[in-house]
Amino acid sequence: MSETAIIRATNLVKWFGEGEARTVAVKHVSFEASYGEMLYIVGPSGSGKTTLLSIISGILRPNEGSVVVENQDIWKMNDDELADLRLNKIGFVFQDYHLFPRLTTVENVAIPLILKKMEWNQAMKLARDYLDIVGLKDRAELQPVKLSGGEQQRVAIARAIAGKPDLLIFDEPTASLDGDTGRKIVEFVKSNILNEKRAIIIVTHDSRIYEFADRIMKMEDGKIVGYETNHFNEK
Amino acid sequence: MKPLSGIYRIALKLLMNDKSKFTALLVGITFAVFLMVMMMSMFSGILARSCAPVYNIGAKVWVMDPAVNNTNSSIPMPDYILSASRSIPGVKYAVPLYFGSALLKLKDGTYQAATVVGLDDSTLFGRPEMIEGRIEDIFAENAFVVVKDAEFAKLENPKIGTEFEINDNRATVVGIAKAASSGLFGVPTLYTTYNRAITYIPSARFTTSYVLIEPKSEADVPGIQRAIAKLGYEALTRDQFVKKVANFYTFKTGVGMNIMMMTAISFVVGLSISGQTFYTFILENIGKFGAMKAIGAKGNELIAMILAQAFVTSLIGYGLGVGAASTFIIIAKWRIPDYAAQLTNQTLGLALVMVMIIAGFSSYIGVRKVLQIQPFDIFRG
Repeated sequence: MSETAIIRATNLVKWFGEGEARTVAVKHVSFEASYGEMLYIVGPSGSGKTTLLSIISGILRPNEGSVVVENQDIWKMNDDELADLRLNKIGFVFQDYHLFPRLTTVENVAIPLILKKMEWNQAMKLARDYLDIVGLKDRAELQPVKLSGGEQQRVAIARAIAGKPDLLIFDEPTASLDGDTGRKIVEFVKSNILNEKRAIIIVTHDSRIYEFADRIMKMEDGKIVGYETNHFNEK
Repeated sequence: MKPLSGIYRIALKLLMNDKSKFTALLVGITFAVFLMVMMMSMFSGILARSCAPVYNIGAKVWVMDPAVNNTNSSIPMPDYILSASRSIPGVKYAVPLYFGSALLKLKDGTYQAATVVGLDDSTLFGRPEMIEGRIEDIFAENAFVVVKDAEFAKLENPKIGTEFEINDNRATVVGIAKAASSGLFGVPTLYTTYNRAITYIPSARFTTSYVLIEPKSEADVPGIQRAIAKLGYEALTRDQFVKKVANFYTFKTGVGMNIMMMTAISFVVGLSISGQTFYTFILENIGKFGAMKAIGAKGNELIAMILAQAFVTSLIGYGLGVGAASTFIIIAKWRIPDYAAQLTNQTLGLALVMVMIIAGFSSYIGVRKVLQIQPFDIFRG
């Protein structure tokens, strides 16, 4: 594992079902992502992107292979240790945001802090700060349903970074947004959320946002079929 | 830091901010608690009233025919039982008690059924507490003491000096007494002496309804019971007699079974409404719970959230249900003097246990669902 790598996946294999019904979703996949890097995983539907994302984020156990995050082999951990890893090291932005509609925006953002057992008022104060980062401080007391899709996406980003994770994982971040909003969100993430102590992995179909990637990993039929480096973004 | 306190707060906000679901849950549990408490209070009131004479007369040991199963269906015993009781070692004293029904002809010519209690002439053992008049006046000619309870008005609110007829005998009210508890059958109660009772009221060959025994000490009671049993009769302590009457109404009449069924139906109603509503609530939020799992929530934290939601809702519903039932009972007793329901600690405790079962059931189905959801399902949509 190179010194700059935050995550290293080695020879990952994942299948579903048994016997004739067995489908291999991920076939001997190995890759690394480095601090300060925005890595895209792209490919057609059914290529194994989401399965790979779940494996590297400690959600889905692979049948073979290992995932090392900051020098810890995560698939040697038990369920509680994995939950702690996700809480402390990994931030998620889901395709459908999965914000609680009955909580206010600031309460949604505070969830990782609450899970870290932070005292309520302190968690709310910090959550407001994160909402400020994504430009939604004035929306703190609104319920998510009263926000636009782009704003909800920003709330989800604020929630993802609230736990100060080193690795951020975005699942189809632009799928529910119009093209312009999607671009703005990813541009915002690139310039405000990504830093040299953090890596971002984005699973997407959306070629309109490829320009923001540092590296694009292409998948087909469960395998990596190539990489593309975006030289415009080289630092 | 306060471990889990924020988790509970989030859990309760999730539930309470969903006003329609929260209201439906509260209404369901409140309604179920109200019905359960009402049913059990009614049963408790009926049992208390069925045992009213046992409490009001207050004897420590009651001798009766073994076939007696409630106070009102006493079977007269021969006089030798009284004599035999007095000769049992450990008996301080034993007195006869007459307990029977009579038809009273009131001044306006109408008839009213009443319970007549005939107290031992020499001791007046089991006499009631007087409100008006003196108990000694019970020895006066035709004297009767009327109990001022919920049925008092049925005798046209008599005063000292009021007269009526019992079996063509003149009866005069010489005092008004109070009783700790009213009887079950909705008839007024009159006290007189034993000898007057058996003279005024037509009776069979034997006249002693019960023999009341005062033991020298508690330790003498088992010996007295064995001696009475040898005579072919039964001696019961006050608590045993109360239990016997309660068992009779609970298991040998339809009262216990019917009320138990109604209570069970109320329980099932509460269980289904709250279970179904809570399940729907969990289903609507299942994706979010999955997302929380993905973010890093542990299984025990999610369980704690769901338990907090179910138990807090159940306790609020319990409070509202008990409040509604208490208010109903107070108003009903104020408007209907005969209303028997009484709220006891046992009723409240039993209702709380049932509510906890409802909460446990609701949380169980919620917990099962939430533990089944895998964060991977969230990614797959």
